[in-house]
Amino acid sequence: MLACSGLTLAVPGRVLARAIGFEVRGGEIWAVLGANGSGKTTLVHALAGLAPAPAGTVTLDGAPLASCGSAERAASIGVLLQQEEADYWGSALDYVLLGRFPRARSWFGWSAGDEAAARAALAAVGLDAFAARGYRTLSGGERQRARIAQLLAQEPRALLLDEPLQHLDLRHQVAVLRLVSGLAREHGRAVVMVLHDALWPARFCSHALLLYGDGAVEAGAAADLLGRERLERLYGCPLREIESDGRKFFAPV
Amino acid sequence: MAVMSRPAVLMIVMLAASVASLFAALLSGPFPISALQVLDSLLYPVPGLVHDVIWGLRAPRAAAAFAVGGLLALAGALLQVLLRNALADPYVLGISGGAAFGALLALAAGAGAAMMNAAAFAGALVAIAVVFGLSFRAGDWDVYRLLLTGVVLAAGFSALVSLALVMAPDAQVKGMLFWLMGDLAYAGSPAAAWIVLVVTGGIAVAHAVRLDLLALGELKAHALGLAVKPLQIAIFVAAALATVAAVLLAGSVGFVGLMVPHAVRLMGVTAHRWLLPLAMLLGAAFLTTADTAARTLFAPQQLPVGVLTALIGVPVMLVLLGRSRARV
Repeated sequence: MLACSGLTLAVPGRVLARAIGFEVRGGEIWAVLGANGSGKTTLVHALAGLAPAPAGTVTLDGAPLASCGSAERAASIGVLLQQEEADYWGSALDYVLLGRFPRARSWFGWSAGDEAAARAALAAVGLDAFAARGYRTLSGGERQRARIAQLLAQEPRALLLDEPLQHLDLRHQVAVLRLVSGLAREHGRAVVMVLHDALWPARFCSHALLLYGDGAVEAGAAADLLGRERLERLYGCPLREIESDGRKFFAPV
Repeated sequence: MAVMSRPAVLMIVMLAASVASLFAALLSGPFPISALQVLDSLLYPVPGLVHDVIWGLRAPRAAAAFAVGGLLALAGALLQVLLRNALADPYVLGISGGAAFGALLALAAGAGAAMMNAAAFAGALVAIAVVFGLSFRAGDWDVYRLLLTGVVLAAGFSALVSLALVMAPDAQVKGMLFWLMGDLAYAGSPAAAWIVLVVTGGIAVAHAVRLDLLALGELKAHALGLAVKPLQIAIFVAAALATVAAVLLAGSVGFVGLMVPHAVRLMGVTAHRWLLPLAMLLGAAFLTTADTAARTLFAPQQLPVGVLTALIGVPVMLVLLGRSRARV
């Protein structure tokens, strides 16, 4: 569904990754892993069509993303940004409704269908009781869930999540990952998410993309890539292997 | 029975306030006319003294004040979103500075009203061209640079205006000060301002959801499918048009453009599809009321309406600020 080839990631003065090529198909969940500053967010922005990469192409269903209009792109690809620049002054429901923009057909305000979708999205992240609350009055974790709800209301086929678990407590981390894997497995959505934890990818992700930050990149099935040697090189710190229920997990020594 | 939403209730209140402010403007003045006579003259225009006072003097001025108030509030609300700066007002981009310098040069040269308007228009166009040209180079558009360019340009014009005030003969300084503080006594025909108000206001309200998105930040708006740059350019053009139309009629009336959008926000309205029309109506009703006070409080002495907007507006805003802190 969403693919890239020959993609180069760079920040001013430094090339982070060269010749990235992979395709995310419907139903797959990709984990993007890498140390701080290794280009994870830059990759998400490039895949989302928000910031064109210096080299390489991103395609959506085979067509180059660069030739796609903004609204058309946002109807297919949804992004959960790592940071939002501005405060939002309206209610949580109004905030989630903004996710309906690429689908909205109404001239003044939102249609009943838009509002139903927004309320369903709030309910999916457990914020149904917060619809009328001011977005600014929400806690950090509640805001993060409201942002996920906005993405759900957008109903994209491909979801790019930049650190979806930040600010979330353990219970909500699991809830969000279950929600996301349900979207992939049951609704055939394609998911790419930046994670910081070596624990979750083994459990929830089918594929992994490792950004080593020095130009090297590896992409493939999660089972092949998520081994101790690779993760130790990736994070530059020794890891302990823990086995439980036949699954391998990694924690810092 | 469905309960009306808060913005809808506010809308009715603002519409009523607008009608009341216009009616009060027609009613007030040195020549005594009763409310009944005003209604009579509005409904059945019969030539005569009352008719001339209402249709020739008070109605055009009230219409001008109403349009200017609406335009300033609209421009302020638009620029606050575009620049993502709560302190943005219609004058922040130097447009009114350019107009003021043009008008003052014409005044100093002893030009008539038409010449003065043309000079103010030319000054505003120069300012718009410079600000837009400098911040939109080679397809690279940066709102931060737009804001800084405007502020720098405004500072330059402000110095030139001060220079013009110092160099001008004493007899003309008072006229210049009235222009700078904002004054509707010499307002020309408000027809053009009304057209700009209705057209830009209508277009802005029709695209209000896009403004809501832009308020989230450029990257976020882009991620949600908004074509950010074309919208920013459109907002700049709309705000510039509204500012020029207002300044040409009334000079630099302060306070309305900065504070009216905030007043509406303090009433709990943030979605632009309500914020924009409410701000336009509130700004219009407010400036019409302020202008009525400006010409009647110390009659026959007339005050510049720009002084009144601040004198009335400051206490109202302080009350609103205190109230909303208690609620949040």
